[in-house]
Amino acid sequence: MEEVDVEPTITNIPAISDGKHMGFAWGPGDILVYETRYKASGASGSGCSFIHEIRKDEDIYSPILRKLFNESHHIFVGLQTIREDLPSKRDVNAQLVRKNPHSVFYSDIHFITLFSGTILTLICFLLKVSILLAIELIWNLCEVLFIDAAPAGSLLLHLLDWVRLHKADVDEKAREVLQSESPAEHRDYWDVVVSYVLQGRLEEVRQMLVKQANLQPAARSMYKQMDTLLSKMPFYNPGGTQTLTEFDVKWRHWHEEVDRCLQDNSFASNRHLELICKILLGDEDTLLDHKELLGTWYHFLVTRLLFCHPTVKLTELHYYAQSCMTMFLDSRSVPEPLDNILLAAFEFDIHQVIKECSIALNNWWFVAHLTDLLDHCKLLQSHNLHFGSNLREFLLLEYASGLFTHHSLWQLAVDYFDHCPEFGRVYLELQIERVPLETERKALKVLRVCEQRQMSEQVRSICKIMAMRALRNNRLGSALSWSIRAKDAAFATLISERFLQDYCAKGTFSDLDLIDNLGPAMLLSDRLTFLGKYREFHKLYGEKRFREAAKLLLSLMTAKIAPQSFWMTLLTDALPLLEQKEVSHQQQLVLGHGFLPHIALQKLHKKRLQEQKHNIPETRFADPISCS
Amino acid sequence: MFVARSIAADHKDLIHDVSYDFHGRRMATCSSDQSVKVWDKSENGEWHCTASWKTHSGSVWRVTWAHPEFGQVLASCSFDRTAAVWEEIVGESNDKQRGLSHWIKRTTLVDSRTSVTDVKFAPKHMGLMLTTCSADGVVRIYEAPDVMNLSQWSLQHEISCKLSCSCISWNPSSSRAHPPMFAVGSDDSNVTYGGKVQIYEYNENTRKYAKAETLMTVTDAVHDIAFAPNLGRSFHVLAIATKDVRIFKLVPMRKESTSTGPTKFEVQIVAQFDNHNSQVWRVSWNITSTLLASSGDDGCVRLWKANYMDNWKCTGILKGDGSPLTGSSGQPSAMSTVLGSSVQSSQNALNGMSAGRIGKRAPFAPPLRQLTSPKIYQPPAYY
Repeated sequence: MEEVDVEPTITNIPAISDGKHMGFAWGPGDILVYETRYKASGASGSGCSFIHEIRKDEDIYSPILRKLFNESHHIFVGLQTIREDLPSKRDVNAQLVRKNPHSVFYSDIHFITLFSGTILTLICFLLKVSILLAIELIWNLCEVLFIDAAPAGSLLLHLLDWVRLHKADVDEKAREVLQSESPAEHRDYWDVVVSYVLQGRLEEVRQMLVKQANLQPAARSMYKQMDTLLSKMPFYNPGGTQTLTEFDVKWRHWHEEVDRCLQDNSFASNRHLELICKILLGDEDTLLDHKELLGTWYHFLVTRLLFCHPTVKLTELHYYAQSCMTMFLDSRSVPEPLDNILLAAFEFDIHQVIKECSIALNNWWFVAHLTDLLDHCKLLQSHNLHFGSNLREFLLLEYASGLFTHHSLWQLAVDYFDHCPEFGRVYLELQIERVPLETERKALKVLRVCEQRQMSEQVRSICKIMAMRALRNNRLGSALSWSIRAKDAAFATLISERFLQDYCAKGTFSDLDLIDNLGPAMLLSDRLTFLGKYREFHKLYGEKRFREAAKLLLSLMTAKIAPQSFWMTLLTDALPLLEQKEVSHQQQLVLGHGFLPHIALQKLHKKRLQEQKHNIPETRFADPISCS
Repeated sequence: MFVARSIAADHKDLIHDVSYDFHGRRMATCSSDQSVKVWDKSENGEWHCTASWKTHSGSVWRVTWAHPEFGQVLASCSFDRTAAVWEEIVGESNDKQRGLSHWIKRTTLVDSRTSVTDVKFAPKHMGLMLTTCSADGVVRIYEAPDVMNLSQWSLQHEISCKLSCSCISWNPSSSRAHPPMFAVGSDDSNVTYGGKVQIYEYNENTRKYAKAETLMTVTDAVHDIAFAPNLGRSFHVLAIATKDVRIFKLVPMRKESTSTGPTKFEVQIVAQFDNHNSQVWRVSWNITSTLLASSGDDGCVRLWKANYMDNWKCTGILKGDGSPLTGSSGQPSAMSTVLGSSVQSSQNALNGMSAGRIGKRAPFAPPLRQLTSPKIYQPPAYY
C-alpha cells in the first residue's frame, strides 16, 4: 500500500509560550496538555498554568451525527446476519442498502432543519450537512459502480439517476418558473430548460417548450421539429427485447438526424433551440459553456456520456472521468478531496476510494461502513486487496473505539466489536472496563454486556470496584451484594466481619433484608455463612423458637466457622438459652460444658464477676477440660 | 483538533505531572509547589478542584492513581527522596455538599537516598504493588498485602540498576503467557555505557526479578518509557523517549523446557523519529495503543499512528503559540474542504438540499466560502 503523504495538522495551544515544554496526559477521548519544564532537577518557574483539554473535532458529540450513528449501527448489525451464501450482491443490496442511505440521510436532514443555534453552530451544522451530502453522493456512486455494476446500457441510466438525485435544485427553479405569471418569459426559463436537457429529462423539456411555442406562433414549426427530435431520442430499456447493438444503431441514427438539423441550420434563427441541439449532440464546448448549470465535473461527465456514448461500459468509465475532470476544472483550481474520491471510484480503485475517504473525513464512520459493505459483497477480495477482510476489521475497530468514549454510544460500539473476529473481543475487554460507572444502573448495563460474553474477569473487576466504592461509603449491604456478584470470597469475608463488628458495637444488624435472603450465596465464604446463620439464630430467638435456636447455636459453635473474636458474643447469647424451659437438659449441658474453650470460659467468668453484685452467688461452670 | 476547555490549574509553581484516573472522571496534578491537587469532572464536563494539599518537602515529580479495585488511592514521588501513598477519606456530609474531599497519607517510603524520579503501580492482577525508581539507580517494589490497611507496605524487591534511573513502565499484559515484566530507563548521560533501557522479568522459581534484556542500541539518556497495552499480541511494544522517539518490538523467543532463566527476546526497532529535533521528554500510549504521544524540547506534543501495514507517521502536532487565552470555550476550528470543485456547488448543494428534500428553503444559504487558515485544515484520519 502506498504511503500517504499528508502533512500532519498543527493545533495551536494558547497560553503556552512558543518554546516552553508541553506536558500531556491521555484521557478517554481527549488529551490534556499543560506548560511545564523538563529538566533534571530543581526545575521551577512561574506558577499557575492552564491545563487544556484537546479533543478531535467533535463528531461523536454532534447531535446531528448521533442519529446517523444509530441508524448505521442498525444497518450494520442487519448486514452481519445476512447469510454468506446469498445468490448475489444484488440481494444484499436490495435487502439493506436501498432502504438505507436515503432514509438515513433524509431523516437526518429533516432532523437538522429543526436545529437552531448560534451563527457558529449554524455554520458547523451546514458544514456537517454538506459533508453528509458529499457522503451520500459517494455512497450512491459506490452502489452504482460496485454493487449494481450494471452492464453497458443500464449503466448510463443508473448514472443519470445518480446525477438527478443530487441536483434537485432544478426542480425548485422550475417550480418557481412555472408558478410565475408567464413562465416562458421568466428570466430563468431557459436555464431550467437547458438544465433539464443536461439531465436528459426530455419529457420535461418538451412540456416547457410547449409554453414557449405558444408564445411564438411564428416559430411553431421549428418548435415542432425540436419536439420531434426530443421525443425520438432512444433510451435503453434493460427489461425490453431490444439488444444493446440494436439500441446503439437506433441511437446513432437519431444522433445523425440531430446533426443534420444542426448542419442545415434548422434552428439557426433561435439561438436557444440551436443551443439545445448542440447539447443533444454532446458538443463539448457547448457543454463547457454551461458550467454554471452543470455545477460539477461529474455532471458534465454523465451528460457527455449521455449524448456521446450512452453504451459506455464500466471499464471505460475511468478514461472519460479523468478527461472530463480535467476539462471542467480550469487550470487554476485544484481538485478537492471529494473530486479525488469520486475519480477513484470511477477508476474502480476501491482501495483508493477508501484511502481518500479516510483522509478527507475525520471520522471513521463512513469508511468503516463502506468497507464493511464492500467486504460483504465480496468486492474487497475481487479487487485484489489481499488483506480485504482485515482491512475491514481495522477500520471497524478504529470507528468503534472512537464511539466508545461517548457516554451512551459505547453500546453501539459493542456490536461492532462483536463482529470483528480477530481483535474485537480483546478491544472490547480493554475498553469496557474503562466505562465510568457513575450509577448502579450504568454498572449493571455494563455488567450485562460482559456477562453475555462470558468476560468473567471484567465482571469480577467491575463488581469489585462497585463493592469497594460501597464499602468506602459504609454501605455494607451494597458492598456485600457486589462482592457476592463478583464471587469474591475474600471481600465477602471482610464485609461480613464488618457486619459482625457493627453488631458487637451496636447490638443490631443493618441490611437485614439482604442477610435474610442470601440463599446459596451464603456459601461463598465461611464468614458469610456464619453471618447468615447467626442472623437466623437471632430470628429464631426472637420468634421464641428456643429449641431450634439452641440447636442452631450449637451447630454454629461446633462447625467452627465462628470467628474467634465472636466467641464471647456467642457465649453471651447462650446464657439466656440455658434458662429456657424448651431447651433440653442435654442441650443445656452441651452448651454449658462442651466444646467451649477454656479461655472463653474464663473471660465469661471475669465478665460476670464484674457485673454481679457481691452478695449474689456466682454460677460456676465446670471446667470443660476436667469434664471430658 | 481543538482546545475544548482550559482549566486554570492554580498551582503556585510548575506542574510536573497530570494523571487521569482509570475511568477518566478524575485527575491529579502535582507541582514544584510541593502540593498535589485532585480534580473531579462533573456531568457537564467541567472540572472542579476537590482537594489540594501539601504532599512533600520538595518538588513533586509524578503522581499516579491505583486501580479503582483498591479504592481511591494515589501515589506521589518527590525530589525530597520519598514516595507517599494517599487515600481518600469519605468526608463529612457538609464537605460533600461543598464538593470537597480529604486525602490522608497512608505511608511514606523513605528508602531512597536520592530524588525519587518515578512511581508506578503494577498491573492490578499482581495485587496492590507500588514501584519507585530513583536517581541512586535503585528500583524498589513494595506490596500492601492487606488492601484494607494501606499503612502496611513491605519492600519486596530492591533492584540495583547501576545507572541513575529516570522512569519505569510495567508491561500491562495479564496474560499467563507473560510473567510480570517492567522496563527501566536511565538518564545517565555518559554515552560510553550502552544500554540505557533494561527489562526485568519475574521468575516464579527464584521469586525474584532478573534482568531479561538490555537495549544496547539506546545509548543516550532516556527520559521516559512506556509499554503499550498488549491487545492479545504475543510480542510487546515499548516506546522510549530519548534523543528521539523510538518504538521497539520485543518478541519472546521460544523457551526450552529446561531453561530456568528469563525469557530471551528478539529486539526489533519498529520506528524512530527525530522530528522533535532535540531531547524527547515524555512518551505515552492512548488506551487502545493506537496512538503514541511524545513531548520534546521543541515544545511540541506530537501524535504518532501506525497504519494497517504497521508504518508509523506523525498525524498531529500540538504547539504552543503564546497567544493569550480567550474567554470563549472551544469550537472545532478545522473547516471542511470536502466540497468538490464547482462553481458555487456549495450554494447549489444547499439549495438543492432544501428544494428537493424538505420542500422549503433553508433559513439562509450563505455563500459558503472555504474558510481556511494557513495552519489549520481537515485532519487526516490516517490508516
